[in-house]
Amino acid sequence: MITISAISDIFPVLMQGIKITVTVLIASIICGYLMAFIAGFCRLSNNVILRKFTGLYVEVFRGTSLIVQLFWLYYALPILFGFDLGSDFWAGVLAISLNYGAYMSEIVRGSILSVAKGQTEAATALNMSSFQRMRLVIFPQAVRMMLPEFGNYLIQMLKATSLVSLIGMTDILYYGDILRSSNLSQAPTVYLLVLVFYFILALPLIWLTRRMESYSKKGVASQ
Amino acid sequence: MNGNWSWDTFFEALPIVLEGIGITIGLTIACYLFALIFGFVWTILRRIPNKPINWIVTWVMEFIRSTPPLVQLFFIFYAWPMVPVIGMALDPFTSAVLGLGIHFSTYIGEVYRSGIEAVEKGQWEASTALNFSTRQKWIKIILPQAIPPTIPMLGNYLIIMFKEVPLASTIGVVGILHMANSYGAQYWAYLEPLTIVAILFLILSYPSAILISKLEKKMNRRFDKKAIVNSKGAVT
Repeated sequence: MITISAISDIFPVLMQGIKITVTVLIASIICGYLMAFIAGFCRLSNNVILRKFTGLYVEVFRGTSLIVQLFWLYYALPILFGFDLGSDFWAGVLAISLNYGAYMSEIVRGSILSVAKGQTEAATALNMSSFQRMRLVIFPQAVRMMLPEFGNYLIQMLKATSLVSLIGMTDILYYGDILRSSNLSQAPTVYLLVLVFYFILALPLIWLTRRMESYSKKGVASQ
Repeated sequence: MNGNWSWDTFFEALPIVLEGIGITIGLTIACYLFALIFGFVWTILRRIPNKPINWIVTWVMEFIRSTPPLVQLFFIFYAWPMVPVIGMALDPFTSAVLGLGIHFSTYIGEVYRSGIEAVEKGQWEASTALNFSTRQKWIKIILPQAIPPTIPMLGNYLIIMFKEVPLASTIGVVGILHMANSYGAQYWAYLEPLTIVAILFLILSYPSAILISKLEKKMNRRFDKKAIVNSKGAVT
């Protein structure tokens, strides 16, 4: 049964895991967005090799599942190349950011391509260099199109951080599992609390997503 | 390729990993069907014209959608048997169908909803004007227009779910990932079996993704782009 005393026992234990979950989340968000922009721009580059290579990366990471990539980076990569990623932290962050970076690079690419052609032509007519064209004209218009989907991926990445407990990182779910294995009858309370923890972490992201959505709609004529 | 890669191990692990493919695909289909059916429940619940109920349903959906499916799986597998009165022990496969099925049904429900909302208001008015009953309205006018445009989206979710199914290996469903991990633990050779799993996922999901995007283009042409489904929380 869920009792106040059980909750007050479990709560501080789960709190220990919040630090790891949040650190992994923030690192993944930063690396993931960075990867998305790098890969998105590379796929639009004029260099055929760069374009094909990035395309391969995107298809491989979108075509396989995150948990397989995580295990591969954690168990297989050190065997293959004889080097360690240094820690399970980087294996986790790298897996999440490479995976979601691949998904989000498609958004970056799609948004840049969907900026009206006339904008590029006008910028060229104004004698802008190709870098200026992208920085001053195309990119600012593309970013607002990316915002709603980017927001959704924030929540996806939060959910993905729970996987790092499988490679031994001490996040919220890890402590939850420890509590469960020490006292199985507590399991409902433990996992319910773990879910609530994740939901509380998700709330600001949900709010942010809605803000991003309304911001991207603002001042744009609806179709 | 580095000398650590061994083709012998690769070919030794291949048949063992392949043993799990039936379970992986079967679980994907079972989860998907469950989500397709359960998605309707959410759609119906959200259409109840009652503010408090609507509010509760929306937040329950949001809760399920924004918490990790892995934790939900653990909840159903480990915690459900301990819940008093309604709790019962479930085998890993059933737990996975319930856990992943319920998680993704919230997304599928949104897809249905967006499909229904994309049907023009005039269609409702016209069917009312023609004296259709509520049942006839839904079956003859609204649903035939609402569902087909969402088919590519639903197809996308099939691929997404296929990629989430290996999560079930954590509660002991013996799919390809589970086979690869147990092979790795037995012979201390993770590289080859995990690579096989990655390749299997790639060769199964990549052609289906191409198929879906073709279908999407065809549908968009057919429905004149009217019903480009804009579902919240969509993963492409």
